[in-house]
Amino acid sequence: MTATPVVLESRPDQVPEGSAAAVVVGTDVAGLRRLVEGATSADVDRALGRAHPDLDDFAVLLSPAAAGRLEDLAGAAQRITRARFGATVRLFSPLYLSNECVSTCTYCGFSAGNDIARRTLSLSEVRAEALELHRRGFRHILLVSGEHARIVSKDYLEACVATVAPEFAQVSVEVQVWDTATYRRLAAAGCDGVVVYQESYDPVTYAAVHLKGKKRNYAWRLAAPDRAAEAGMRRLGIGTLLGLHPDWRSEAIALTAHARALVKRWWRCEVQVALPRLRPAAGGFEPLDPVSDAAFVQILCALRIVLPDVGISLSTREPATLRDALVPLGVTTMSAGSHTEPGGYAEASEAEPQFSISDTRSPGEVADALRSAGYDPVWKDWQRA
Amino acid sequence: MDAARHASDELVIAGRTFGSRLFLGTGKFPSNQSLRDAIEASGTELVTVALRRIDPTATDDILAAIPDGVLLLTNTSGAVDAGEAVRLGRLARAAGLPEWIKLEVTPDPRYLLPDPVETLKAAQLLCAEGFTVLPYCPADPVLCKHLEEAGCATVMPLGSWIGSNQGLRTRAALEIIVEQATVPVVVDAGIGAPSHASEAMEIGADAVLVNTAIGTARDPGAMARAFRLAVEAGRAGWKAGLPGVQTAAAASSPLTGFLS
Repeated sequence: MTATPVVLESRPDQVPEGSAAAVVVGTDVAGLRRLVEGATSADVDRALGRAHPDLDDFAVLLSPAAAGRLEDLAGAAQRITRARFGATVRLFSPLYLSNECVSTCTYCGFSAGNDIARRTLSLSEVRAEALELHRRGFRHILLVSGEHARIVSKDYLEACVATVAPEFAQVSVEVQVWDTATYRRLAAAGCDGVVVYQESYDPVTYAAVHLKGKKRNYAWRLAAPDRAAEAGMRRLGIGTLLGLHPDWRSEAIALTAHARALVKRWWRCEVQVALPRLRPAAGGFEPLDPVSDAAFVQILCALRIVLPDVGISLSTREPATLRDALVPLGVTTMSAGSHTEPGGYAEASEAEPQFSISDTRSPGEVADALRSAGYDPVWKDWQRA
Repeated sequence: MDAARHASDELVIAGRTFGSRLFLGTGKFPSNQSLRDAIEASGTELVTVALRRIDPTATDDILAAIPDGVLLLTNTSGAVDAGEAVRLGRLARAAGLPEWIKLEVTPDPRYLLPDPVETLKAAQLLCAEGFTVLPYCPADPVLCKHLEEAGCATVMPLGSWIGSNQGLRTRAALEIIVEQATVPVVVDAGIGAPSHASEAMEIGADAVLVNTAIGTARDPGAMARAFRLAVEAGRAGWKAGLPGVQTAAAASSPLTGFLS
C-alpha cells in the first residue's frame, strides 16, 4: 500500500499535517452544530435528495427537524444499504486477550484502579479460544485487550496475531494505540485491521474521562488510524462512545468527519464506524443517557445516507430486539455470542468483563434471526492474499 | 465480433461453449436458496464467486448453491494490486477450483473501479501461468486491446460503477470495444434493469454479467427470469439487424418508387 507517509517519530501532542486526524481537528463542529439547530424540513428534503451528501447534510439529518422525518430517513437508509451491501450481514467475534490496564478511564471495567480479577491469556489459551470461535462458525475475529505495554506487549500481540491468523480469514485488533512500526509488525503477522475508538472527540470530555496513563494523549490516539493505514492495514474501525459527552450530535458529527477524512486520505482502506451506547461497568460508571432509541436510529440512518459505503458495526451492548430491528437500516457488521472478559469461550472464566452485554444470544441464534428476517449471515468475506 | 451476426449463435469462450449469454454474480443474495433459484431461473451456465466468500469448511458454503454443470468463475474481489490478484488466483488453483479467473483489481473499496494498470499487469501474469482470464476493466478500448494481447479470454468492460444500476453510461466506448474486439465482450457492472441488458446485447456485446440487480431484487428468481428474456431479446434484435437511428423522418414507402 503506498501513500504519502505520515511522519510521527515520537508521540507529539499535535496531529500530523495532512492526516485524517488533522481534518477532524480542523472541523468546525460548533458551526455544524448551529446548522443542526437551524435546519428545517425543507433542508431535510434537500439533504435527502443530494447525490453526494456532505457534512452539512449530515448535520441537517441529525436535526430536530429530521427527527420528525425519521421514516423518510429510514427509507433512504434502507435503500442505500440494500443496494450497496445487499441482504447480508457480516458476523465477527471479539476475543479478549487481557484485561490488564495501566490507564485510568472512568467508564471502563478494565480501568487501572478497579479491583477486579485480572487475567492475560497464554498463547495456548488464545489458540484454544480461537479454535472454539472457529468451531462456532466465525472466520473474522477481533483481538481485544486492555492497555498494558509490558504485559500486553508488542511481542505478545504479534504472537497472538500469528497464532490465530492461520485459522481466520480476517484478524483485527482493538488494543492500545501503537506507532507505525508496530502496526507494520502486526500487519506482517497477519493482522488486517485496526479498531481505535476515539471514545470522545471533544478534547475537554476526553481529558475528563481519561484520568491517567498514556491514553490521556488525545492527539496520539486520534492519529492512530492514520498510522495503521500507513502501516498497510486494510480495515480501519473508528468509533465514539455515546454517553461520555452530553451532546451526542457533536460526537456523531466529529465521527462522520473522521470517517470521511479517512476514506479520502486512505482511499484503499475500508472504513467502519461504531457508536456504542455505554453500559454500566465495574468501577461504578453510569453513562449519561442522552441517546434514546429514536435518536440512535436517527444517527444510524444519517450515517448510512452520508457514508453509503462505510461499514456500520453494532455490538452486543444493544438488546437483541433492537439489533434485529436495526439491521435493515444500515448495520453491516455484528458481533454475536460475545464474551468481554479474557477467556470464556473454550471454558468459563473468572476474569472481569469490560462491560456487560445485552444481546446474550448464541452466534447460531443470531444467524437464525438474520435468516428469518431475510438476511444472509456472512461468516467469511475476506481472503488474505 | 461482427462475423458472429451471420454465423452460428453459440458463445464460445476459451474453447468452451455457453448456451446462455447471461452470467451471474453471487453477492448480496439474502440466502443460498435465493441464489440457487436465481441461477436456475436465469438459465446461466457461468457464475462468478469471490474467493473471499468461499469456505469449504462451512456447513452451508456459497458453493453449495451452484448446481452441477454451471461453470464456477472464481473472482479476485478484494485485490488491490496485481500481486494480490495473482496470489488469489494461485490460492484458487491450490484449492482445486476451476482455473477460470474473473480478474478484479479494485484498490478503491467505495466505487470498486478497476485499476487499469494493475489489471493489465495481473492479466499478463495469470495468462502466462495458464489461467483462463476474464478481466473486469474500465470501458477503455485501448486497454481492452492490451488485455486481448495479454491472452485474456474475454474483456469485461463496465457499463457503469459496480452496483450502481445506472446502465450503460459508457455506451459510446462500449460500441468501440465491441467493434474492435477479437475476443467476446462481456458487459459487466452497472446493469440495473433488464432493459440495460437488452441494450448491451443490442449494441453487439457477446454477454452480460449481472449481480446487484438480481441479488437485491424483491424476488431474485423472477428478476433472473426477466434478465434471461431481456438478454435473449437484445441478442435477437442485434442478430436481426437493428435499423440505425435517424434524425429526420424517413418514409416507409420509397420516395423514388415511381422510377421502377
